[in-house]
Amino acid sequence: MDFLIFKAPMLMIQASLDGILLGILFALIAYGMALQWGVMNIINIAQGDLVILGGYIAYTIYLWGIHPAWGVIISPIIMFFVGWVLYKLVINKVVDRDLFISILATFGIAIVFQQLMNFIFGADVVVAQSEYGTTMLFDNSVTLPNSKIFSAFISVLYAIALVIYMRKSKLGRAIRATAQNARAAKILGVDTEKVYAATFGINAALCGIAGALISITLTLHPYVGLPYTVRSFMIVIVAGLGNLPAVAVSGMGLGLFEEFADYILGTEFRIGAVFLLLVLILVYRRFKLSKKREYLK
Amino acid sequence: MNKIAKLFVTFISAITLALVSFTSSFAKVEGEYIVLGSAISLTGKYSSNGVHTQNGYNMAVDRINKMGGVEVQGKKYKFEIIYYDDESNPKRAAQLAERLIKQDGVHYMLGPYSSGLTKAIAPVTEKYKIPMVEANGASRSLFTKGYKYLFAVLSPANQYLEVAIDLAVEKNGGKGVKIAQAFEQDAFSQDVRLGILDAAKRTGSEIIIDDKLPKELNDMAATLAKVKAVKPDVLVVSGHTKGALTAIRQISEMKVDVPMLAMTHCDAAKLSKQHGKKSEFALCASQWHKNLSYKDKFFGSGKKYAKDFQKEFGYDPPYQSAESSAALLVFKDAFERANSFDRDAVRDALVDTEMQTFYGNIKFGPGGQNVAKPMILFQVRCKGDDCENRVVAPTKWASDKFYHPIPKWSERS
Repeated sequence: MDFLIFKAPMLMIQASLDGILLGILFALIAYGMALQWGVMNIINIAQGDLVILGGYIAYTIYLWGIHPAWGVIISPIIMFFVGWVLYKLVINKVVDRDLFISILATFGIAIVFQQLMNFIFGADVVVAQSEYGTTMLFDNSVTLPNSKIFSAFISVLYAIALVIYMRKSKLGRAIRATAQNARAAKILGVDTEKVYAATFGINAALCGIAGALISITLTLHPYVGLPYTVRSFMIVIVAGLGNLPAVAVSGMGLGLFEEFADYILGTEFRIGAVFLLLVLILVYRRFKLSKKREYLK
Repeated sequence: MNKIAKLFVTFISAITLALVSFTSSFAKVEGEYIVLGSAISLTGKYSSNGVHTQNGYNMAVDRINKMGGVEVQGKKYKFEIIYYDDESNPKRAAQLAERLIKQDGVHYMLGPYSSGLTKAIAPVTEKYKIPMVEANGASRSLFTKGYKYLFAVLSPANQYLEVAIDLAVEKNGGKGVKIAQAFEQDAFSQDVRLGILDAAKRTGSEIIIDDKLPKELNDMAATLAKVKAVKPDVLVVSGHTKGALTAIRQISEMKVDVPMLAMTHCDAAKLSKQHGKKSEFALCASQWHKNLSYKDKFFGSGKKYAKDFQKEFGYDPPYQSAESSAALLVFKDAFERANSFDRDAVRDALVDTEMQTFYGNIKFGPGGQNVAKPMILFQVRCKGDDCENRVVAPTKWASDKFYHPIPKWSERS
């Protein structure tokens, strides 16, 4: 236990800002997961690996001499097609099956993606340089990397764009209709096959954006996808499906929780604290559900 | 018909059995070849360092074979290595070690890459009494288990950054310093940490931040914010390549000013290439540097080794390759002194090893670790955007002066 944070108010501000900026990025990944979970009833274990692949696309264009920030446009375009192809090859065979089958299938995809990325990009840890500099607040005692601010801003921008798209466009309406009741949507003329493929593509594209942002704010390695899967899973569990504001709030909450756990419990318990929180939330939900059931009886 | 078929099957099994037992009892030395075995990470998360290790082994095998091979009882032998890919997975590595020993009949082993995998293999080689010379497992716990068949050409992990603390104390006029440290939670980094704790005790230094980073973590912002608040004299970070790259990225972004920054894995992370000027003044522990003045008759000097390696594999050798090459020089020397292929004779000869290689002096301590070679420290220095690693400690090999303290970020261009 370490209470340094309570002695220095500046640390408190630093931790809060770091946590919120990080949380917004998590929320973007979680939003993709919530979307395809809600529409297709698939828990995508490969979510984090799609993120890392998106990051490597941004890193590749960085190696070609293009600024990695362009990755937030190029990476989702490529990743949309990756998602589409992945749906046509694998996911469409498991989409109407048991949830367990989909977990197995996406777990397999995760392993294949890790090995492929290792094969293509090598096992070295890599970073792309944005050279965005730093914003200093309160006489240099709180520092915010501009790359993190940029990444939070882009995440919010894309999230808003997606919400509008879902409300206004034909495909967006079709996706929402399928999420509500796939069979009814089909009867009313919605091509659910196409909707599923598009949904998986959109999810992959969101991962691509997040990956590009991670390449300039954190580090990339073929095998660091899983923590992103776990975090987004957790955010979705807390927020529920199809509830974007809740996803955003729960994403930021998780970011804050991680940062404060780091200061108060110690860095070694940071990830452990996240898992503990997950368990507590699941237990609480179950408790609430069982109460509801009693009431129904 | 049935009888003939039965007879046939029996006959084939008998031949196979005979062949298997034949190969396993003689495979250690086949014709003019001494066969060594190694499980190595060619895929998985250690694959780049696994390949560096393999290249180092192969380079030395070629060189020794070309220069006359190994002479035992008046006859010349050549080295040959059987490799298996352990997929960076300790369980797999242990299985492959068994397979090398039991099926392929290998009687002498070369180590895998990383402390974790060496730890997985050592109990197997120990069980079958197979001498193993390893070059990439530095964890201290490898040398405290009483293994009798394990020999490491590299310095143990706890020595990696002790020198840095001594240097900081020296710059502080011999008085103890305030240390902030962050180490990943793996065998190697935690051993480096133990070394720092020892050094701190010895020099009367105080540890004011002692963070342990989970393996999955690639964000150190919280640790660095604390460092900014408490202003230590030296910041020590060890977390493989991910730790080194994350630390430099976030230190430069958060403008953390520390007089001294000491790390591990800078060269494996290609720090000066990936982060350029941001990594300047970082102090890095290394097992080897090509500018050191050690010599041997196979590779000449470190510089010569680097040149030949570059020609063969197209990149500058990291220390992981150099130490792997050294492992074969040790084996050759031991075989010739033992003048026998008896495993225990070779093992006893290994115990008495005392030699100089281009990589450094080698003499094994009671636990099997190399006690004759000090760790070196280099510092990243830049001219314009061109950065390189220059040796600054120990003074005997220093090509440059240690730059201290690191200028503040506000003063750096």
